[in-house]
Amino acid sequence: MQWETVIGLEVHTQLATKSKIFSGTSIAYGADPNTQACIIDLGFPGVLPVLNEAVVDMALIFGLAINAEIGPRSVFARKNYFYPDLPKGYQISQFELPIVGKGSLTIDLEDGSQKAIGITRAHLEEDAGKSLHEDFHGMSGIDLNRTGTPLLEIVSEPDMRSIKEAVSYARKIHQLVVYLGICDGNMQEGSFRVDANLSIRPFGQEAFGTRTELKNLNSFRFMERALNFELERQIDLLEGGRKVVQETRLYDPDRDETRSMRSKEEANDYRYFPDPDLLPVEINDQQLQRARQNMPELPDQKRQRFESDYSLSSADALMLIQSRHQADFFETVVSSGGDAKMAVNWVTVELTGALNKAGIALSQSPVTPEQVGGLLERIADNTISGKLAKQVFEAMWNGEGDADKVIEAKGLKQITDSGQIETIIDEIIANNPKQVEQFRAGKDKLLGFFVGQVMKQTQGKANPGQVNKILLGKLKG
Amino acid sequence: MSLDHSDVKKIAHLARMALDESQVDAYAEDLSKILGLVEQLEAAETHAIEPMSHPLHMAQRLRVDEVTEKDCRDENQAIAPSVVNGLYLVPKVIE
Repeated sequence: MQWETVIGLEVHTQLATKSKIFSGTSIAYGADPNTQACIIDLGFPGVLPVLNEAVVDMALIFGLAINAEIGPRSVFARKNYFYPDLPKGYQISQFELPIVGKGSLTIDLEDGSQKAIGITRAHLEEDAGKSLHEDFHGMSGIDLNRTGTPLLEIVSEPDMRSIKEAVSYARKIHQLVVYLGICDGNMQEGSFRVDANLSIRPFGQEAFGTRTELKNLNSFRFMERALNFELERQIDLLEGGRKVVQETRLYDPDRDETRSMRSKEEANDYRYFPDPDLLPVEINDQQLQRARQNMPELPDQKRQRFESDYSLSSADALMLIQSRHQADFFETVVSSGGDAKMAVNWVTVELTGALNKAGIALSQSPVTPEQVGGLLERIADNTISGKLAKQVFEAMWNGEGDADKVIEAKGLKQITDSGQIETIIDEIIANNPKQVEQFRAGKDKLLGFFVGQVMKQTQGKANPGQVNKILLGKLKG
Repeated sequence: MSLDHSDVKKIAHLARMALDESQVDAYAEDLSKILGLVEQLEAAETHAIEPMSHPLHMAQRLRVDEVTEKDCRDENQAIAPSVVNGLYLVPKVIE
C-alpha cells in the first residue's frame, strides 16, 4: 500500500533573557548545580511569581514574524504533574489563551516551490530542572538551575507530508528565532528542542492515523533519523496487520531506534486550571508597537535585498542568509571595501573552509570582516593577485595583522611595472631557446611553461594579465 | 455528576495522597456533593458573560529582565533530606 506521512512539530525554544520567566534568577548556562535556583523556582510556600517583561516582548516579536493572531489577553495555567525536576508539583504554562495564536511559516521545498505550514499557537511556559540518573546508589540527582527558564513552545499544525518537509520547517523556525534574537539556537545546550508527532494513512484517506510522539530529537540529523525509523516502524506494524499505539517514544541515537517510554496514561491527566498567582496578561498597542520597532530584517527579506542590492544570484543570497551572523559578516566585508561577488566567495568558501578545518564557529573567527574587506580591496586594485591573496589570508588568520601590513611585511605587492616584467621575460626567452622554437612551431601549451617561469622568478608577484599579454607579444613576434 | 470509588482513588494517586481504603467512600460522597453544588451554578444564564480567569479586575504587572537573586544554595539545601555535590537526591525516577 502507498502510505502518506503526516507530521506535526512542537518546538521548545529557550528565550534569550538574562533572568527566569517568573524570578530574578540568572539563566546563564553551565553554572554549578542549584546555584541558580531561588525560592520562587523551588516553589517554596508563600512566594509569588512575577512575569518577566522581556519574555512577553520576545513572544510578541515571534508572533508578528509569523503573522499570528495576538492578544489582547492571555492567561497562565497550572499543568499538574509530579516529577522531582519540578518541585512545585505543577508547571506554569498556558492552555486556553496562549500569547500567540494562529500563524504560519513558509518553507522552501527541494523542487524550488514553497509551502505554508500552519502554526497552531505559541505559548509561554517555564522549563523544568534536570534529573541525573547515574552514580547515586539507586538515587537520582536533581539540578534545578533550569527550573523556571523561559520557553516559548511553538506548536505546528499536522501540515507536513514528508520527513524532508518536517526538517525544513524545523530549520526555518530555528533560523527565524535566531534572527529575531529571541533564542541562541544552541541545540547541544538544549536551547532549541524538537518533539515530533508522526502518523501515517493510506493515500487518499482523510482521517489521520494513530500518532506517536517522538522526544529527544536534539539535532536536525537525529530528528531526520528518528523520523525515518519511526516511519518504517509504523509501516511495518500496519502492513503486518497490527496497530500503532498512541504513545511517547524516546529516540536513542546510539542504537538509531525509538523506544516506548513508560506509559504516561496517568501522567497525561494534567488537570490544567488558571494559575491564581498570576493575573491575565494584557497586550497593549504600546507593546505591539515596540515589538514592531524591534523587528529585525527577516531571512526572506534579507535574501531579496541581497539579490537586488548586490546583484547576487538567488543561490548565493540563500546561502549567505542561512545564518544572520554570516549575512552580517558578508555585509561588513562589502562595506569595508570588498566587491560583493568576491565577498560571497571569500565568506562562503575560503573563510568557511578555514573555520571548518579549525572546527570553530564564525563567531570565533580570528579574521574580522573588516580584514577580509581590506584584503578584497587589494585584490580589486591589483595590489596583489588572487593567488597571493590566499597567502595573505592565511597570515591574517594567524594573527599577523591586516592585509596591508601582511603585504608590506612579506613583500607580496604585485609587480605591475611593465618594464620590469619585460626585462624578466626577455631573460627567460633568451635562456630557453628550445621551448621558444617549439612554441613558435605551434606547441601553444608551452605558454604555461613561460608563465610558470615568470611567476617563479617573481615569487608569484607578477600581474598575471600583464605577463600573459607581454609574453604572447614577445613569443609571437 | 458523582464520583465513584475508583475515581477517588485515581484522583488521590494523581495528587500523591495516601488514602486509607476506609476513607474512600466518604470522600466519594463529599466530593460528589461539591460537584452537585457546581452543577447548580450551571443553571445560571452565562451566554453574554466572558469567562473569568481571575477574580481581580487587574492585569499582570511585569518585571524588568534583571538578575536580582543571589546564590542561596546552602540555605535552600539545609532543609533537604539528602544532598550530594550540590544535587538534591531523590528516590530513583527513570523513564
